[in-house]
Amino acid sequence: MLRYIFRRLGISVLVLFGAATLVFVLTINSGDPLADLRETSADNRDELIEARIRTMGLDKPWYERYAEWLRGAVGCVVPGMQCDLGVTNQGQDVLALTESAMSATLRLVIGATVLAIIVGVAVGILSAVRKYSGFDYVITFGAFIFFSLPVFWAAVLLKEYGAIRFNDWIADPRMSVTQMIIIALITGLVLQFALGGDPRRRLLTAGAAFAVVLAALAYFDADNWFRDPSMGLGVVILVSAGAGVLVTSLVTGFSERRVLYAALTTVGAGAVITFALQDVLEDGGYALLAGLFVLTVAVSVAIGAAWGGHMRRQAMLVAWVTGVIMSVVVVMDYAVSHWSAMLELKPRPVLTIGALSPNFEGDFWERFLDTGTQLLLPTVLLTLISVASYSRYTRSSMLEVMEQDYIRTARAKGVSERAVITKHAFRNALIPLTTIVAFDFASLISGAVVTEQVFGWRGMGQMFINGLRAVDPMPVMSFVLVTGAAAVLMNLAADIMYGYLDPRIRR
Amino acid sequence: MVQINEALETVKGEDRSYSQGQLIRRRFLRHKVAMSALIVFFIAIVLAYTSIGFGPIPGWWGKDYASTYPKVGNGEPTISLTEFTIGEHPFGQDTIGKDYFALVMRGMQRSLMIAFGIGIISTIIGTIVGLLAGYYRGWVEAVLMRLTDFVIVVPTLVFAAILSQMAGGVVGMTLVLPLVLWTSLARLVRGEVLSLREREFVVAARVSGASDLRVIVRHILPGTVGVIVVAITLAIGAAILLESTLTFLGFGVSPPDTSLGLLISDYQNAFTTRPWLFWFPGLAILTIVLCVNFIGDGLRDAFDPRQTRSKD
Repeated sequence: MLRYIFRRLGISVLVLFGAATLVFVLTINSGDPLADLRETSADNRDELIEARIRTMGLDKPWYERYAEWLRGAVGCVVPGMQCDLGVTNQGQDVLALTESAMSATLRLVIGATVLAIIVGVAVGILSAVRKYSGFDYVITFGAFIFFSLPVFWAAVLLKEYGAIRFNDWIADPRMSVTQMIIIALITGLVLQFALGGDPRRRLLTAGAAFAVVLAALAYFDADNWFRDPSMGLGVVILVSAGAGVLVTSLVTGFSERRVLYAALTTVGAGAVITFALQDVLEDGGYALLAGLFVLTVAVSVAIGAAWGGHMRRQAMLVAWVTGVIMSVVVVMDYAVSHWSAMLELKPRPVLTIGALSPNFEGDFWERFLDTGTQLLLPTVLLTLISVASYSRYTRSSMLEVMEQDYIRTARAKGVSERAVITKHAFRNALIPLTTIVAFDFASLISGAVVTEQVFGWRGMGQMFINGLRAVDPMPVMSFVLVTGAAAVLMNLAADIMYGYLDPRIRR
Repeated sequence: MVQINEALETVKGEDRSYSQGQLIRRRFLRHKVAMSALIVFFIAIVLAYTSIGFGPIPGWWGKDYASTYPKVGNGEPTISLTEFTIGEHPFGQDTIGKDYFALVMRGMQRSLMIAFGIGIISTIIGTIVGLLAGYYRGWVEAVLMRLTDFVIVVPTLVFAAILSQMAGGVVGMTLVLPLVLWTSLARLVRGEVLSLREREFVVAARVSGASDLRVIVRHILPGTVGVIVVAITLAIGAAILLESTLTFLGFGVSPPDTSLGLLISDYQNAFTTRPWLFWFPGLAILTIVLCVNFIGDGLRDAFDPRQTRSKD
């Protein structure tokens, strides 16, 4: 396995080198780097041109400039050498630019990838299990629409409806009865499509969902909940316990009580920890959250191991997944309870420009919400586009797997349909998907370039576009280096996932 | 298997058999979604090229895209589905009074031309690279496939932006963007050729003295037609999106020429005051690309019936 990975890594580095050379040659030949200065009417025009030729090294042949860049870029990976990505045509250090741009872009791309995998796999499996149902057709049609959507057009639409109109609405969040009924109706329709069953059950699902959503919206509206929302520990425990039950039902079913107890104990322990630490949590901090996250996983794995018995592995899995879901819910609870305070500081919560609001002063949770609201729309956009392809691939590979002989064998020996899908089919259906996700990463970055442009983020995409417009190779090369390295890492992760999903490869 | 069954059924039913091509055509014609998409796509093309005319040929739509007309109201669209009227300016007027229907049609003409050009050229490049690499193996394959890897590893948009900065405009983009889009087809064709070249009929042709060119064109190329036809349609869809995205980012078509991407880019800030200027070109792109993708899906089902529902 290790030899295999190193071989793959070696090939990737070679390919990356070839691609970098290609991009460098094309970029420096794509236009005139002095065009803006030639047209300027400034008195010291010749001196300006002279200065830029010196900063960019235009008096040297291209291979010398390329070799110089390469030496500095290799230094970023090899320890003990100076990391140097050159300077822009204005003489700014590209390494510093890249560092600040990278954090914004990676936050966007990684968030979108994770969300897209979770949603895409879930939707894909559901539509494979309910193939040729109304749900499947709706999902298929939706996927086609998102494939065919121009990203920038959708981005501008989202900016208008998700940001500007939402901000108008949140200033005085009132809902008319018609709006409530429409939202409740849509929720009911979607849920009955997704859950399926015979007409009677579908009607029941739709009716129940309709009633619950309508009641909730009426309560929210009367309580001014949209401006001043709160969840409280009770809701947190309820939601987490529900998630625990759901995860248990997917992984092992309820015939084995130990696993269910492990999940519920995790929720209990989580509730105790959250209650005990509420003062610390109120102050917040990313390091604290990360530490607590690690602690949660460790504790829940221990709980799973303690309850497990002969179901140890499954109990540990269910416990830590429940623990992770619970920590997300707790974070949401804290964030939500600071919403009204943030609205005071930032009356129009979703700005259409920038990754962070300028001059925003607030405590940790308010800044957290600020980052979140700015991240929301671009992430949603990128996610939707990737979800379209992931769900299609998951569906087709799931359908393929369900045709296999071992699935028929499993069914024939009386394994329940749940276990057939989650244990025998799911894992095998994921194998082709890992390749797609790693491969799709490059197109996600293309999407990020466009979204950053529309939403005015100062990220890698903007650096690339500005660099290319000015025929300034260093920022362009640094973009290619970072995205290429990220793609190589994604492929490496996919290779390791292969080994995990298909033990035959591990040898 | 499916093909044989299908053939047997038809033999039993109508006492005649079908060739491979006829089977494929029948399967495609029965694909309802793809057929409807084909009809819509055809209507869109006819509408774009006949309404405002093309080149010296005048169109039936009385207005042209360059002149300004007196404003009707605020320039809102006059098309109405409830009263079944088209009105003076069905898609409204832009900020200076140009007829927006004519402008959108002009944009569609340009975008479709770019898309068809890119789709066809990139398919030719991909097919040739794939055929050569798969047939000759050895160093030819090594060189061509490494080149493919180099292009694939850079995000499509990045490569395309650099290239169309080198040669912008409608003609430039049509000639340059295929250099970005050929890679996946080259890999697919190579895969097909690798298995085809070992088949008996190819060996037979070679033994009987056929030249390499003849073997490739007469015996191997027809076997890869399924992959190629599907790839053309998908490349056309991808090309429309790529063209409009690049134009939006400022690397593609620039005034006085126009394209659907440029219309959206020009009027994105007019969304609040004149939303129709933003909606119509976007919907035009969405409709065209959606149709092309559905057609591609239908073609894939027709050429490769193993993936369709008859299996499940």
